[in-house]
Amino acid sequence: MRQIDLVVIGSGAAGMAAAIEAKKNGINDLLILEKDEKLGGILNQCIHNGFGLTEFKEELTGPEYLQRFVDEVKRLEIPYKLNAQVIDLTKDKVLTYSSKEDGLVKLQAKAIIMATGCYERNAGAIMLPGDRCSGVITAGTAQRYLNINGLMVGKRVVILGSGDIGLIMARRLTLEGAKVLCVSEIMPYSAGLNRNIQQCLIDYDIPLYLSRTVSKVVGKDRLEKVVLSAVDENLQIIPGTEMEFECDTLILSVGLIPYVSLLNYIDCPISSTKGAVVNQYMETMIPGIFTAGNCLHVHDVVDFVSQEARLAGRSAALYLKNEIDNNEKKIPIKPGNNISYVIPQFVLENSVDDITFKFRVRKPLKDQVVMIRSGDIVLGKVVKPALIPSEMVMVNLSKDKLQEVKDEIVISVEDR
Amino acid sequence: MKQIHDVLIIGAGVTGTMIARELSKYKLDTLIIDKSNDAGNLTSSANSAIIHSGYDPEPGTNKAKFNVLGNKMYPELVKDLDVPYVACGSLTVALEEEQLEILKQLEERSKINGVPVQLLNKEEVLKMEPNINPEVKGALYAPTAGVIDPFNLVIHAMENAIDNGVTFLRNHEVKGIKKENDYFVVNTNKEDLYARVVINAAGVKADKIAAMIEDIDWAITPRKGEYYLLDHYKEGLVNRTIFPLPSKKGKGILVSITSSGNYIVGPSSEFADPDDVSTDAPTLANIKASASLMVPSIPFKETIRVFSGLRATCTRHDFIVEPAKSERNFINVAGIESPGFVSAPAIAEYVVNELVKPVLTLEKNPNFNPRVKPYHRMHYLNEEEQLKAIKEDSDFGEIVCNCEHISLGEIKESLERSCPPVSIKGVKRRCRAGFGKCQGGFCQPKILLLLAKHYNVSPTEIPLNEDGSYIIDHLIKEAK
Repeated sequence: MRQIDLVVIGSGAAGMAAAIEAKKNGINDLLILEKDEKLGGILNQCIHNGFGLTEFKEELTGPEYLQRFVDEVKRLEIPYKLNAQVIDLTKDKVLTYSSKEDGLVKLQAKAIIMATGCYERNAGAIMLPGDRCSGVITAGTAQRYLNINGLMVGKRVVILGSGDIGLIMARRLTLEGAKVLCVSEIMPYSAGLNRNIQQCLIDYDIPLYLSRTVSKVVGKDRLEKVVLSAVDENLQIIPGTEMEFECDTLILSVGLIPYVSLLNYIDCPISSTKGAVVNQYMETMIPGIFTAGNCLHVHDVVDFVSQEARLAGRSAALYLKNEIDNNEKKIPIKPGNNISYVIPQFVLENSVDDITFKFRVRKPLKDQVVMIRSGDIVLGKVVKPALIPSEMVMVNLSKDKLQEVKDEIVISVEDR
Repeated sequence: MKQIHDVLIIGAGVTGTMIARELSKYKLDTLIIDKSNDAGNLTSSANSAIIHSGYDPEPGTNKAKFNVLGNKMYPELVKDLDVPYVACGSLTVALEEEQLEILKQLEERSKINGVPVQLLNKEEVLKMEPNINPEVKGALYAPTAGVIDPFNLVIHAMENAIDNGVTFLRNHEVKGIKKENDYFVVNTNKEDLYARVVINAAGVKADKIAAMIEDIDWAITPRKGEYYLLDHYKEGLVNRTIFPLPSKKGKGILVSITSSGNYIVGPSSEFADPDDVSTDAPTLANIKASASLMVPSIPFKETIRVFSGLRATCTRHDFIVEPAKSERNFINVAGIESPGFVSAPAIAEYVVNELVKPVLTLEKNPNFNPRVKPYHRMHYLNEEEQLKAIKEDSDFGEIVCNCEHISLGEIKESLERSCPPVSIKGVKRRCRAGFGKCQGGFCQPKILLLLAKHYNVSPTEIPLNEDGSYIIDHLIKEAK
């Protein structure tokens, strides 16, 4: 069995950034495994712009953004395998991949970075009520058909869920000649970025219905009609509020879920984000297995995926040089008031770097202050004029402050 | 010139395909037709997939007879047809003290039916199934129950019948039947078909077909069952099929493993229109509440799909396996609701030996081969076998379905068989591609293009399921 220092699983925005950073930190014996036929992951189908504002200080399309990383991977001569699907992983970091070219290959890795992205919640996961006709499709799959294969999924479209892919697809399908009748969002606020609401819906006169969801899908073979109903504060359908839309397509943009089947094989602890529990090095509870990007928690902006992955890449290099001590005291990080989760979920006490906490708020809030506390001690506070659930929030904590921590750190969002 | 077939079977569900296979043991010109574009597309594709032990049906009924006979046929049948099957056994649980008396009655009934069972006390139940409600008072254990891949069973039975000489016509819906001389003329939405013997295995529409021949004193009143299908994940929820106590509506809402290691929860039981396979939130909420009484820790957040199927419930409350009153060459096999899957091979034997034999000369087919050519299922093979398969055909190394690890080779293999898939769901039912947590989100475009290339048609021609359920509306440019 081939021994290898580092394997990066996935070559999207996270995988390539992680591999590049590991290489720059002196790891030469590494390999990227990509399941698809080219590098770049989902960015290949994201032909809209808006990428790279933080990373490159310019506005790029998905393929342009990923090409910068592909160029770097090639310049640094980082080896990669395409059409290579990892089908097994053990706790001892033996992984098996399958490919047409190589057949079944087992690798004994010293470190692994999981950068496997996410998958879309679908009709089954949301228990979409009504018929099982065709014409109901997730936004990302419709995007792949359109942008990769040149295939249009419909003519008259209703979109359920106002996540960013749904908004992007509202505009994309409109530009391609479809009539997008509306976007329906079950929550009282949008799940997408404000700029996408403006640029993808308002600019094209596409109505956004808040606090509304699909109460029935009707169609014998192909979708014929969608019924939308208003929901109450408990998200329960209110009878008598039905709106009917004759349409042939229902696009689902109802959330993304970290794709971590491999971590389930090795009983790696999973958090409420459905990604792994990690420390400040993006290391999972299994020493030497790191993770970053949308398979850790779903990001709003791809630039932050790449940033996070660089941290994982650098950490893997430190791990391989025995510069991370997993036996140090673990300080739990808890989400407090108004916060749904915090990454990382714990920190090792003697940190190499300052720590960035990432989290999302549960509901839109104004004039807030983010408090980082340990018991009665305030470790840090950051004023935030406005917070919305669709945007990831980041706050920093100096590593020196960890010495003041008692048992745990609680991050909360409070009125100023 | 009109071709007069020996036998025409209407309906390619589990009953029809098993009868076709049984008939293929003889030198007969057998035709089987279905209104769907595939075998096993309707009721046979949406059910609990339980091979029942036979503890429940009332002694003396057709249900009891065929269930018990059929159960004994399965171990060999699944080998011949290469169908995933887990002989896991079932538990029927009593959650209240008073219900223990009913368990004893079921034990008595099992003895009369000839089904091995064992009464278990609370401790024994919890030892076997630690996730059952700790308030459980006892259970009836039936070791001969099992779970099967229902899609593979029907499709492989069809394939085996075709391999042994049967002809399968898809997309043929019967519009009328009349007798002319010594044969039947069967009008369909396509051509007219002719046969000396007609077997009506039309599922929820069997009463409509039977009524084309004579007045009938029974009817099919379909009852819909809705289900949750949960992902397979490591922590064992249950290790076998867990039933509540049966009621008039059926065997109740069960919690079971499936042959693929997923978990299934359901079904509900409400009368419905014969084409209604929709799901609705209130019914699903009831299933959840009811199942959680038996197994409190069901992780419904792992749901990957909700679906419903129709039971061909008959007003006679038993299987109808008999010739029409006025016409012994017209055989009704109707009302095949639960325990239909387990009973189907036994019904097929009975139909051929007791009902067809008296009206047609049966001469053994010397070339009959009971076995389908084994399928490559990479996931089930050991490493050595996997390597061998990939060495022989590198397509077995290319994974198409990321969730279930289904290879391109497995999908291509299904296309080369005698009963190939024509739709996305056809591929899913044969190979499990698209069966996982992303529900085809990643692999559907690849499979759709593969099907379009294989059949040399536009991607707009590839349906999700039935013809008409197109996925692609139009091309914006020349597709790859």
